[in-house]
Amino acid sequence: MNETFYKALTSAKILGLFSVLGLGLVALTFHQTQEKISQNERDALLRSLRAVVPESLYNNDIVNDTLQVTDLNKGASKPTTIYRARKNGVPVAAVITAVAPDGYNGNISLLVGIMADGTLSGVRVVSHKETPGLGDNIESDRSDWILSFNGKSLQGLTDKQWAVKRDGGIFDQFTGATITPRAVVNSVKNALRYFQKNNAEIFSIAEQAEE
Amino acid sequence: MFSEYTKIIKDGLWLNNQAFVALLGLCPLLAVSNTVINSLGLGLATTATLVCSNTIVSLIRNHVPSEVRLPVFVLVIACVVTMIELAMNAWFYGLYKILGIFIPLIVTNCSIIGRAEAFASKHGTDKAFLDGLFMGLGFTFALVLLGSLREIIGSGTLLAKAELMFGAGAKSWQINVIDDYSGMLLAILPPGAFIGLGLLIAMKNVIDNKIKQRKPAVERIPVQVAPEQ
Repeated sequence: MNETFYKALTSAKILGLFSVLGLGLVALTFHQTQEKISQNERDALLRSLRAVVPESLYNNDIVNDTLQVTDLNKGASKPTTIYRARKNGVPVAAVITAVAPDGYNGNISLLVGIMADGTLSGVRVVSHKETPGLGDNIESDRSDWILSFNGKSLQGLTDKQWAVKRDGGIFDQFTGATITPRAVVNSVKNALRYFQKNNAEIFSIAEQAEE
Repeated sequence: MFSEYTKIIKDGLWLNNQAFVALLGLCPLLAVSNTVINSLGLGLATTATLVCSNTIVSLIRNHVPSEVRLPVFVLVIACVVTMIELAMNAWFYGLYKILGIFIPLIVTNCSIIGRAEAFASKHGTDKAFLDGLFMGLGFTFALVLLGSLREIIGSGTLLAKAELMFGAGAKSWQINVIDDYSGMLLAILPPGAFIGLGLLIAMKNVIDNKIKQRKPAVERIPVQVAPEQ
């Protein structure tokens, strides 16, 4: 009895020792890589933001000039982030992290860049699970489709025109994939509507925060 | 002595290839093998894990009581994988984003705990290290082979997105095997992985049979064994 107990105790001690040792090593690695990882994430975000709003247009710290809203992507678990570009304090553009919930295979995350006057400066897909070879033509390095949003606005087109061609609109769909572009077009349209409705708030809350 | 090392190398690369013969670690194998670069990334991450875990397990094998052997091995593997994941996140960010969940899932790759338990816990550190290295390289070889097959048939390219792994200079490495290829969806989607793996295993068996036939058959003399009374 005593021997069994002693044996179990030794095993427990060894297991405990390895847990502590392993934890220490992982903590050390985490500490070493943490800075590089957050730098990577920041760089990646900046790169995609630059893709939708040209860097020359603004001079503020766009990554940290953000606003969280809850009433845009309905049903999303996290609030939507809006990045704001300003030049010498004057609002230039907003980048909305829109989510199209009705993709062919789950959510499509987008960055929608909207100039202060309501025209689109650019749209990019951040992540999606659409069918490779069909739906993934929404990616900018697969086709130029996503560029067809550049310069469009709610004013320039009627409500009916803001749709894929299959639905009577002006945006191309892909051969064999209509659901994916339809979801993207609708999501961009929603983002534009939200921007139009809340234009003042989107930029003004920040000014209060800056004071 | 020398032949033992040769055997470890041969086993890892061919005779006991973790993917083609042991059929272990198929989940990541099938999921990420749609391009060569993805395959290479996951293969090398798995190799690094195997080398580290085999070496550590072999070093501690005499100090761990057999009752807690497996939990300790799992702990070692989990720590190694977490560190590799953090390192990849820091230095191969693009590739890390693509491989995503399959990096932490290396922990559950049966071939790693399998090699730790079946080999490293019974052999010296030098052999365990060698075994980990060549088992990993064998797995990488299988992954890259399946990856090239699927990439060529699926999208008509080779080494697309090499810059994710080798830096911006590798952007021009992409080879367009077939020009103006519209792609074949089946090869890129999961069923293509199953079919491709099946074909590769069949091919390996054909090669093995050919090798067997070429060897001169040893004459067998029927031996009669009298049953013991």
